[in-house]
Amino acid sequence: MVWPAIADIVAKVRAGELTASELVERALAAIAEKSDYQAVIAITSERARARAAAIDAAIKNGETVGPLAGVPFIAKDNFLAFGAETTAASNILKGFNAPYQATAINRLEEAGAICVAKANLDAFGHGGSTENSDFMITKNPHDITRVPGGSSGGSAAAVALDMVPFALGTDTGGSSRQPASFSGVVGFKPTYGLISRSGVVAMASSTDTIGTLTRTVDDLAVVVDVMAGKDPLDGTTIDRDVISYTDLPADVTGKKIGVIKEFMAEGVEPGVRAQIEKAVETLKAAGADVVEVSIPSIPLALAVYYIVVPAEISSNLSRYDGQRYAYSTPDAENLEESYTKTRASGFGAEAKRRIMVGTYVLSSGYYDAYYRKAQTVRTKLINEFAEAFQQVDFLVGPTAPTTAFKIGQNTDDPLHMYLADIMTVAQSLVGIPAIVVPAGMSDGLPVGLQIMAPARQDRQLLGIAKATEKLL
Amino acid sequence: MASKVSPEIRAKYTVTIGIECHVQFKTETKLFAGVANDARDAAPNTLISHICFGLPGALPVLNKEAVHLGIKAAFALGTRPQKYSAFDRKHYFYPDLPLGYQITQFTHPIIRGGSLTIDVDGEQKTIRIHEAHLEADAGKSTHPAGTNYSLVDLNRAGTPLLEIVSEPDMHTAADAKAYAKELYLRMRYADVSDCNLYYGNMRFDVNVSVSKTDVLGTRTETKNLNSFKAVEKAVEYEVNRQIERLEKGEQIIQETRGWDDAKQVTFSQRSKEDAHDYRYFPDPDLPPIELDDALIDAVAGEMPVMPDEWRRRLSGLGLDVSQTDSLLEGELDSAEVSYLLLIEEVIDQKDFAKALANWFVNLEIPLRNDETARINGDLTNQNRLRMYRAVFELVKTNKLSSSNAKVLLTKLLAGPEVADIEDFAKQHNLIQESDEGELAKVVAKVIEENPKAAEDVKAGEMKAIGFLVGQVMKHTQGRANPGVVQQIIKTQLGL
Repeated sequence: MVWPAIADIVAKVRAGELTASELVERALAAIAEKSDYQAVIAITSERARARAAAIDAAIKNGETVGPLAGVPFIAKDNFLAFGAETTAASNILKGFNAPYQATAINRLEEAGAICVAKANLDAFGHGGSTENSDFMITKNPHDITRVPGGSSGGSAAAVALDMVPFALGTDTGGSSRQPASFSGVVGFKPTYGLISRSGVVAMASSTDTIGTLTRTVDDLAVVVDVMAGKDPLDGTTIDRDVISYTDLPADVTGKKIGVIKEFMAEGVEPGVRAQIEKAVETLKAAGADVVEVSIPSIPLALAVYYIVVPAEISSNLSRYDGQRYAYSTPDAENLEESYTKTRASGFGAEAKRRIMVGTYVLSSGYYDAYYRKAQTVRTKLINEFAEAFQQVDFLVGPTAPTTAFKIGQNTDDPLHMYLADIMTVAQSLVGIPAIVVPAGMSDGLPVGLQIMAPARQDRQLLGIAKATEKLL
Repeated sequence: MASKVSPEIRAKYTVTIGIECHVQFKTETKLFAGVANDARDAAPNTLISHICFGLPGALPVLNKEAVHLGIKAAFALGTRPQKYSAFDRKHYFYPDLPLGYQITQFTHPIIRGGSLTIDVDGEQKTIRIHEAHLEADAGKSTHPAGTNYSLVDLNRAGTPLLEIVSEPDMHTAADAKAYAKELYLRMRYADVSDCNLYYGNMRFDVNVSVSKTDVLGTRTETKNLNSFKAVEKAVEYEVNRQIERLEKGEQIIQETRGWDDAKQVTFSQRSKEDAHDYRYFPDPDLPPIELDDALIDAVAGEMPVMPDEWRRRLSGLGLDVSQTDSLLEGELDSAEVSYLLLIEEVIDQKDFAKALANWFVNLEIPLRNDETARINGDLTNQNRLRMYRAVFELVKTNKLSSSNAKVLLTKLLAGPEVADIEDFAKQHNLIQESDEGELAKVVAKVIEENPKAAEDVKAGEMKAIGFLVGQVMKHTQGRANPGVVQQIIKTQLGL
């Protein structure tokens, strides 16, 4: 059963035609029914039911309720939230009950939304398929033999499977956009800093953003509007738009749209290319001024990403040392052993791979050759995107070179796996917002069109995405 | 303990000393977390938040007040802060470092340059500051003797520190001590720290090397010294130890050393081979600190007069270094009293200003430091100035002896404000008797009672005249003017 639009759900809840408790039960039933897909690590039913009852009571008492009153959602399990463990799908965080909640979760709760479950992911967000989860592999909603994308694969699948009207993901290098494309939903990566990272298990601090996954751009806008804006707990947050993110300038007429040349080059699956070209033609027909734009350094973005991001990962994962919370090895004779055994058995292979790469590129003697050089190229990318946005209002392209791949297809070849990120990492390094909207199917599998805007133009981006969604 | 190196051998070596000083800032909250910063009376692990504890998802957010104090510290070190500074991560694993890295300013410190002048045995020396950077302190580990566990207290984790790194401009233990003391005074005047050495608010690391040539020798770093005396002693010990080794043909190992205050020796902690690769890189969670001139100038306007400026202003009074230091330190001990401002107010009346300074140093400051003494807290600075002036006039007009002036001032400082101070002195029998007629009668009586002493004086033994003067003072309860008394004695004895 497909969920109604979030605005309609809230209107009915406010009017007393639908209760938050009914909505929560419906979501929990859908999660149970679709459990074969393994989208969810844990359910937070007890807390969800209590919150629903409180919201229903408030409405009964005639109190005003927020813009997401009663709307159930699923949070990726790297969001610290009450009601279940927060594990980031890693054994090293098994047993960790968060003593505080992510700002994004708090803001959603204040608006009346109810978290019903925690979604699966590649442990710590390291991956593009959910196969790197220490607990389970999520299945693609369109083909159970394929991956849903990742790392927010559980969140994307949950929305595609109609478990909930929206889900939270994170997006560090495409982790919300690529699974949106693979699973056939809308996925959004905001401008870096628009939504607080506080209470979200860090992957790479300089590119981590809070992703949102929904059925429609309208639904997404309501959720983003609740979460966006400065947070005293995150010094990198920026001011939100003074206008509501639900107030969308949804018109493509006269908009200048650039197709990124490098994203349409060889290596893009023909089926994907065909859907993207079709979408571009549709935009053109609707009155958009479409041109080809080149961002010459884009082919370097993946290399830059896989230096900068592991560097930050190696640092951010230092705190998981078994000394204060969660997993700690039971058989250490001394401090040194406590560290090494805890981390050796607590982290999965991908986390260890990234810790080693990151440690290497930051080591004295290698820093200049790797980390510093990568940051220099990153600056070049920032400048090239800025130049491109001098010419056009928005950029478009595919989200990934392929549709969802088979489970196990890339697991023995990490480099090949990294290539799945090739169309999403540059935007993360640059910090601009990007959104993925479904753009048809290729061989029965979804293809997502990626649209990008200059930094801080998230509202304009949602506007053009809404217009595009209508056209496609 | 290393035996003393002979002065001849010692003279062959040049000693080079640089000091790193960690100053704990007196912010309300920690550098990156909204938790109380003052851990002095707190039970272990009570002043911690998700940030200090290194929980997943916890992000550091810079405390503006720490930056404000950083700007003040720059002025206190005789320079302006950097307009651009930024934080880096310094990685190592230790249980009292919850994040697995320390947040510090490695590449872009908030302060570069600056200098301060020290006075060592009358010689003025300028010590340059290399840089000073903001950083978060680690927690505290303790290893209880005879147990197989360690304890970690994270109350101190995240406390803002300013690490001040000097240039290697010092060459004697006395230089090092004077520098440490001057740094202490400056930080106290700038009001950036409680500067309580006992609580480790200021900790010194001394880098010492010795060399017979122009090339610097291998240095050792003796860490965590928390008194000026320890700074001096540790430098002295290291200089002797290093020269002794070199004289024996041994090498100096570059290493970190500790200081055993009980044994008064330094000891090896870890050598350079164990040095970490800290993998510094810019902390992506913290935007850089960017300061504009308007803000920097506004803070400059808040700066109090610093010790070096006070020294300059007081220089005409002929006070010695220890008197000046005692005024400079005394000034800080109670907020409501200002010795320096009062002296400055009357600096043009040099005699009075000097007398005032002496009374502050020799009487009021010791009284305020004496827990058994009573001081009336209601006396304002202007009350005190009026009182001191009245006493000064009484002394100047010979109505009050200098010793009775102290007695009088002690009484005046203890009680309520007195309107007529001369009258008050009279009531307490402190006014000098200079009436020659009255005194002559007392002198005659004393000579009569002490014929032996009188004879001695007459025989030219002038020591005995002191005895007679003392007897007169006794008869007059100390009110007689000793000069006048001596004159009368001489006259009566026909000298």
